[in-house]
Amino acid sequence: MKLQKNTELALYSVLEFAARPGEHVPAAEVAAKYGESLHHLAKVLSELARAGIVDSVRGVGGGYRFAANPRRLTLLDVIRLFEDLGAAAPAAAQGATPVDHALGQVLAEIDQIAQATFGSITVATMLGMVERAARRSP
Amino acid sequence: MGSKLPQEGRRAARRSGVAERPAAVDAEVVVRPVRQADLPEVIALDATVTGLHKADYWQRVYRRYGIGGQGLRHFLVAVQGDRVLGFMIGEVRDWEFGSPPCGWVFAIDVDPRARQQGVGTRLLAAMRERFERVGVRVLRTMLASDNPLILSFFRSQGMTAGRLIPLELAIGPQD
Repeated sequence: MKLQKNTELALYSVLEFAARPGEHVPAAEVAAKYGESLHHLAKVLSELARAGIVDSVRGVGGGYRFAANPRRLTLLDVIRLFEDLGAAAPAAAQGATPVDHALGQVLAEIDQIAQATFGSITVATMLGMVERAARRSP
Repeated sequence: MGSKLPQEGRRAARRSGVAERPAAVDAEVVVRPVRQADLPEVIALDATVTGLHKADYWQRVYRRYGIGGQGLRHFLVAVQGDRVLGFMIGEVRDWEFGSPPCGWVFAIDVDPRARQQGVGTRLLAAMRERFERVGVRVLRTMLASDNPLILSFFRSQGMTAGRLIPLELAIGPQD
């Protein structure tokens, strides 16, 4: 499964901010870390701020701060801000063939599992997974 | 941003993003096997969470997993003084579809007022310890895909998708 670039950037940003609670992290720092343009990242962060997931502070020492509950905010909550996971499964349009219906059923099943998976993994759980992965890395 | 569901996403994020700060659990929380005297609180807790009062069902569960549960069946409660904060039920199941003995957790409830304070974590740790004692090396559970709260709890404990995939078939007359 492939997420859109904005979605991936949003997830990276959320995890970056959540890993540094209470700290205002400059957007430029996140952009440099993930090789993204500041302009592109700013759009993503603006959406996260509108959703109440991050707070922004302007000026010297400013930046973005994680504002949500890491034990309740899930990956699906973030993903849904940027894309519709159900869009991959084609609706049975008028004139659809039995193959269309059957294929749609299989895709819907995959979509349901994907949503349940994203909806079950909180930011706190992800941070734990990241930490374990870092320990395993040479 | 090309968002097709921005409002829904925002609502979900706000709902999830609002920090919940439950009252702290002060006195010591103890996890132990259930006792007959705990049942009224267990039944009340289940009714609070599910909306269904199932006294007969819980008496049967108590007989099977409480009184009769030793070694392979466990009905545990987390208590603080006389107050039941939560419970968990599990058992060792062996050779289902060729699977070596594994620990199955099939019920968990934590008082909504005592959530996010490690009660579920303590219950699962106690259950895991009992399973490990009899040589079990895999812990399993099965959850509703539309229950993100309980799914995320087990995820937070390190559980991931396993090699078994649940399937179901609607049988009998369908409305």
